[in-house]
Amino acid sequence: MPKPTITSANPLTHRLLVAAAVGIVGLLIVVPLTSVFAEAFAEGPAAWWRALAHDPDTRHAIWLSLTVAPIAVAINTVFGIAAAWLVSRFRFPGRSLLITLCDVPFSVSPVVAGLALVLIFGRQGLLGPTLATLGWKVIFSWPGLVLATTFVTLPLVVRELIPVMEAIGPEEELAAVSLGASGWQVFSRVTLPNIRWALLHGIVLANARAMGEFGAVYVVSGHIAGATDTMPLRVEKLFQEYRTPASMAVASVLAGLALVTLVAKFVIERRLEAEARELEAARSLPDTIDGSSTPPDAGPHTSTHGPIA
Amino acid sequence: MRSNPATHRAMRRRSVLPGFGVSAAITSLVVTSLIIIPLSVLILRAASLGPTEFLEAAWTPRARAAYAVSLGASLVAAAISSVCGLLVAWVLVRIDFPGRRLLDALVDVPLALPTAVAGLVYSTLYVEKGWLGRFLVPLGIHGAYSWLGIVLVLVFVSLPFAIRVVQPVLESLDRDSEEAARMLGASRVQTFLQVIFPAIFPAVLTGFALALARALGEYGSVVFISGNMPFKTEIAPVLIVSRLEEFAYAEATAIAVVLLAMSVSLLVIVNWLQQRVANNSQ
Amino acid sequence: MSIHVRGISKAFGTFQALDNVSLDVPQGTLLALLGPSGSGKTTLLRIIAGLEWPDSGRIEEDGADITDRHARQREVGFVFQHYALFRHMSVFENIAFGLRVRKAPKQEVEAKVNELLHLVRLDGLGARKPAQLSGGQRQRVALARALAIRPKILLLDEPFGALDAKVRVELRQWLRQLHDEIGMTSVFVTHDQEEAFELADEVVVMNHGRIEQRGTPDEVFEHPATPFVMDFLGNVNVFHGRVEKGQAFWHGIPIDYPDYPHSQARPARVYLRPHELDIARAAAEQPGGHDLTAAAVTGSLPASVLRIARSGAIARISCRPDGSDTELHVDLPFDTARDLSLQPGERVTITPRKVRVFLPDPEYVI
Repeated sequence: MPKPTITSANPLTHRLLVAAAVGIVGLLIVVPLTSVFAEAFAEGPAAWWRALAHDPDTRHAIWLSLTVAPIAVAINTVFGIAAAWLVSRFRFPGRSLLITLCDVPFSVSPVVAGLALVLIFGRQGLLGPTLATLGWKVIFSWPGLVLATTFVTLPLVVRELIPVMEAIGPEEELAAVSLGASGWQVFSRVTLPNIRWALLHGIVLANARAMGEFGAVYVVSGHIAGATDTMPLRVEKLFQEYRTPASMAVASVLAGLALVTLVAKFVIERRLEAEARELEAARSLPDTIDGSSTPPDAGPHTSTHGPIA
Repeated sequence: MRSNPATHRAMRRRSVLPGFGVSAAITSLVVTSLIIIPLSVLILRAASLGPTEFLEAAWTPRARAAYAVSLGASLVAAAISSVCGLLVAWVLVRIDFPGRRLLDALVDVPLALPTAVAGLVYSTLYVEKGWLGRFLVPLGIHGAYSWLGIVLVLVFVSLPFAIRVVQPVLESLDRDSEEAARMLGASRVQTFLQVIFPAIFPAVLTGFALALARALGEYGSVVFISGNMPFKTEIAPVLIVSRLEEFAYAEATAIAVVLLAMSVSLLVIVNWLQQRVANNSQ
Repeated sequence: MSIHVRGISKAFGTFQALDNVSLDVPQGTLLALLGPSGSGKTTLLRIIAGLEWPDSGRIEEDGADITDRHARQREVGFVFQHYALFRHMSVFENIAFGLRVRKAPKQEVEAKVNELLHLVRLDGLGARKPAQLSGGQRQRVALARALAIRPKILLLDEPFGALDAKVRVELRQWLRQLHDEIGMTSVFVTHDQEEAFELADEVVVMNHGRIEQRGTPDEVFEHPATPFVMDFLGNVNVFHGRVEKGQAFWHGIPIDYPDYPHSQARPARVYLRPHELDIARAAAEQPGGHDLTAAAVTGSLPASVLRIARSGAIARISCRPDGSDTELHVDLPFDTARDLSLQPGERVTITPRKVRVFLPDPEYVI
């Protein structure tokens, strides 16, 4: 963030404005955030641990979240890279439509997404009978959870990668091709290192979203405790059962994860900004950074073995 | 390398950069199976209802009340988010104070925090015995199990959107025109109203639209805090789930399509607005 | 290795970048593709490299048809205009890249890269990243990287375009010496005429996707084949005249032009280079004012000096010929001009040592 330049202004107005902003953020964000941890540990860390580790349904919920989210993130990472490569390096009919479609999950209510999945995979859905004969369960089972979570987090990696890849441009990759690199070599040695921070940023965001997803998963899971409840669903179930302290305990784990996400995001964003600045500097090439272009005095040296070509 | 003319032509259409085939295959597979097909199924299923059945399903009194609650609460929340968002963005961009970076980082919390956690915490806070409720309930302000509660969580989830859209526009504002106005004798308020605000208005509007879009789709947090009372604090997504659990697929689908239509039109408007913001800042 | 380009055409949408271009690049030549923006020179270079596919035409390398061969198999060394160095790799790894993707053994890679670092005068900088280098240094890394794969032909896209004037001059000389040492067939693209002339064995002047002329720098400068070439290379004064019966007439001054023996007069364009004009103070005036007939006989033109400007080692004297609205520029070495010490308003006579005449497109004449 650039440092603000204060125009000559009344320090009192400034204090009031800052106080108001702090008040808003404090009331809406800080107070709730601290209360999660306060309430979770209200009866001491032992009780907190018991709530998490000694309840088999809660244990299962944690395990389920820790499996479903990474799978969804993995799928979206592969998709994100493929789609970003396609969109930023090639021109083809339907390209703009594709970009818009990638944004759809952002604007669709997660419940609607879940419903759509039920209409396809549910017992009375399109593929319902087929799945039943095959003995596969999607709705009310973890594949459905993966699908729902993947849908909801779909745009996150793509939207990170496309601007970065467009800003960097295809020149380095073309250079690699002209030097004889195969497709995979171009991608792994040239593209991937250039997009790693943006990719990481997208993954961190996608993971946070995936672990926290509620609406779509709620619809698709049938919220069967001990079987298809993820952590957010577990929070809700415990809450419905008036077991607020236990609910808070699970919520605190999720909140802790959110804080870790924010820290990681902050660190990564600093790297991204640094790289963006480097890109800018490289575009307007200064000619003599270290004061010299080392004037070649006698001309190029040749090795004692003779000329190269 | 001897090759026939057909290969010649095929190779000429290939790009120099590798990977078109693979990336196109993966992308189309995922987009078709996860986005195009589910949404098409939803819309087709609703379409198969036929107009009268659709209206019966989507326009019941309870559904109408749900739309009203959804739309009403979302609009109010988006408005509040926009105003508060502008204030916070202003403070972050224009004023230096200790803890500024921390405040900026905190703005992102609602983006990272699961909505269920937000809902849980908000309802616990504003109930009679909660940290805030114990002061507010005696004053007659019920933050939990009320329409106000819905607005509160919706502001929580939509605030970052309002802030993050306005912030970069404020940062890249041209200070020269402000200084010119001040030198010509305008007061700070006048400068703000006549020079600054018109320049940032498209961004503020976009922030409002984004906040609204976010709020309309919100489910997780509202479920905890609203009490989900039909006709009073039941939002549309809750109604959809309720219908679904009663296996009233047709009704659920119909209401979902109405909600989808609202979201899509909002998306179109947001895109248009964002184009205008982009054009203005050039 | 020699390259033969046959009938290459390429269009981008409605824009025709190359129109049926054919070119031979003999082994060992250092060839310049010279032209303004949009002339197609970069497109042609990229098609030779395989970075673009032509719409039609053929490319042959030592007789073999490589038109459909993919860029990675063409064994060309391509130096990009903005270097396209791999930003996250060190200088060493950048140069080694081509060798590494060919799975060359470690020792071979090290030996080769160090040899190249020495060649391009960047010894000891192997560990640096591109961001830590100056523009000229980056350019040399790009060159070394291209040379590492032992290409059969070296292609450079505006290699010095992004550099400071002084650095450009130094690197130009250096590149010429490098070429003399290595003897690799090389083609480079530039819009800078001075650069093309200083570096290249042969110059190909391009415009609007076509080749206007090809020849040594002397040939294209002294004997331009088209008005575009004459105008593009060096400075030029252009006037309207006419041709008739084997002579061209410019302000009454006759010039032999045997290419047009017909008796029907046609408009023509007369091209004069500022440094091919002599200028002298007018002899004392005859009574009665300007004497154009006298001018026609002696082959020189009376004019008045408008202003004198200095450009480096040259003095440019701007004059207005009698009976004309257009300005005529005469370039003299600065010392000569100073000795002459002409003043604005003085009367002078201008004698062209060399004149070229071009007829406009036939379409303009009935």
